[in-house]
Amino acid sequence: MSAASSATEPTAPRVRLLSRTVAASAIFVLMALIPVVSHLSDDPFLTLAFTRILVFAIAALSLDLILGFGALVSFGHAAYVGFGAYAVGVLMRHGVTDIFVQLACAIGLSAVFAAITGAIALRTRGVYFIMITLAFGQMAYFFFTSLSAYGGDDGMSLQNRSTVLGSDVLESNLVLFYVTLGTLVGLYLMATAIVNSRFGRVLQGTREDALRMQAIGFRPFRYQLAAFMIAGCMASVAGVLLANQAEFVSPAYMSWHRSGELIVMVILGGVGTLLGGIVGAVVVLLLEEWLSIFTTHWRMGLGLLLILVVLFSPKGIGGIFERVFGPRK
Amino acid sequence: MSARLEIRDLQKRFGALAVTDGISLDIAPGELHAVIGPNGAGKTTLVSQLSGQLRPDAGQVVYDGQDITHLDMAGRVRRGMARSFQITTILHGFTVLQNVALAVQARSGSSFRFFGRADAEAGLNDAAMVFLRQVGLADRAQDIARNLSHGEHRQLEFAIALATAPRLLLLDEPFAGTGREEAAQLLDLMQQIKGTQTILLVEHDMNAVFALADRVSVLVYGQIIATGTPDEIRANAEVRGAYLGEEETTASGAAGC
Ligand SMILES: Nc1ncnc2c1ncn2[C@@H]1O[C@H](COP(=O)(O)OP(=O)(O)O)[C@@H](O)[C@H]1O
Ligand SMILES: [Mg+2]
Repeated sequence: MSAASSATEPTAPRVRLLSRTVAASAIFVLMALIPVVSHLSDDPFLTLAFTRILVFAIAALSLDLILGFGALVSFGHAAYVGFGAYAVGVLMRHGVTDIFVQLACAIGLSAVFAAITGAIALRTRGVYFIMITLAFGQMAYFFFTSLSAYGGDDGMSLQNRSTVLGSDVLESNLVLFYVTLGTLVGLYLMATAIVNSRFGRVLQGTREDALRMQAIGFRPFRYQLAAFMIAGCMASVAGVLLANQAEFVSPAYMSWHRSGELIVMVILGGVGTLLGGIVGAVVVLLLEEWLSIFTTHWRMGLGLLLILVVLFSPKGIGGIFERVFGPRK
Repeated sequence: MSARLEIRDLQKRFGALAVTDGISLDIAPGELHAVIGPNGAGKTTLVSQLSGQLRPDAGQVVYDGQDITHLDMAGRVRRGMARSFQITTILHGFTVLQNVALAVQARSGSSFRFFGRADAEAGLNDAAMVFLRQVGLADRAQDIARNLSHGEHRQLEFAIALATAPRLLLLDEPFAGTGREEAAQLLDLMQQIKGTQTILLVEHDMNAVFALADRVSVLVYGQIIATGTPDEIRANAEVRGAYLGEEETTASGAAGC
């Protein structure tokens, strides 16, 4: 009996953990080099464009937390991005420019909205869950469209970016880029910790078999709701950064197209890998830029790619990488 | 005497079908009580009502003197009622160790902990290993549960139930689908646990039932037609007619041992 050896840590998951860490580091380092490329190619727009990509990477990462690890397919996730953006826009209008105050409001509003809508949506499963989150997302969308004091349908431009403890450092595109990248890395590490924590294990156990979880004494609902709230709050951080990147706030950020696009990013990149959502955001937004040069029907090209990836690699782009670079079986 | 579990006039219908038709039963602490009956008799439905997965239409479930009829499954598990499923219910994508460690986690400390790797918690893993050793799965601890054989799945299901620190085990056909060797191993395990646990064993395998049970109840069409020691049940004419007759070979095989 080799009980001692079997009590040690598993080797296979450890290899995977290592290769994930390497992949994540590589991706983040490459991203950090974008401003350099931007400078060398004398294309200042590149840095700002990539800031937008990083923002959506944060949103996709947050969605993967519930979609990939809780099997909760939220079709209203863009609403939280919108809450973040409007927290900036509305507070700016009233002279509150500090980003920390704006973040606090964005997160607070998102937590409350997620708690209420999540508590209702989580009573359902599968397609019904998708439809209810979609309905709540559209409710938020139409609420802000009708808010004529804050631009209504048209949205509103921001005079300035947010201030950081009185300083206007974010006016620099370069600073905003690195702040966004830093936020993405920080939230990625946080999401990784959550997934591997006790809480994350309960969330994934519920994804696998909710009945089994109840049969060992868990009440899955509260864990799912907490995850739903955390993901919403994370997405609202993306919204705060998006408003600053675009210097513009619009209800279009919360439309169901945006929510659908976030789902596409996660599926394309690889569900339940955290890194996949980030890669998916980069790929989708770059393709969007690139395909729209050739055709106005770029969405069709994107759809085609999605179908191909799902057909040939159910684990998304991350799955392809894992197969090519991962440990041999 | 105070029973660990009292079932009082339990009723459950699915449409016109009375699947649980006024069942009353007491299970004493330390007893191994077997429930036998033909397929479709309502055995699983009974277990589901006892474990809180199904709400009965009428009647009561009293556990350690407390009415728990309206308590949910998780609440019952926390009070020490553990259940194994007829159709193996495990977390297939988790390792064997994780499956059991999660059951330990459920009863030790808060699971609203967002940092710190759960896999690295020695307290959870060590406790889980004790149960894996007990059921003979220690050397499979790091394997993904999906890759286990059917018999090993049954063992794992058992280890998970034990890991909830039960005071009452509800076992729904733990021998279902096991081969001869696996069944012998499980029987061994049951023999070990018997006496240290209170067990309600729903089983189709007559050999196992007559070898293990202190008392046996026979469930037919949602009603208990007889309760008694294995010998009394074997000798009961009504039971023979209603049920054992069709199991002649296995029943007589059991009588031989
Ligand atoms: N959810 C359900 N809805 C309708 N009928 C059911 C349901 N569950 C079980 N039944 C019926 O109830 C009867 C008893 O089922 P069950 O309790 O699984 O029997 P056993 O475990 O003794 O084989 C069967 O006739 C079965 O078809
Ligand atoms: Mg059954």
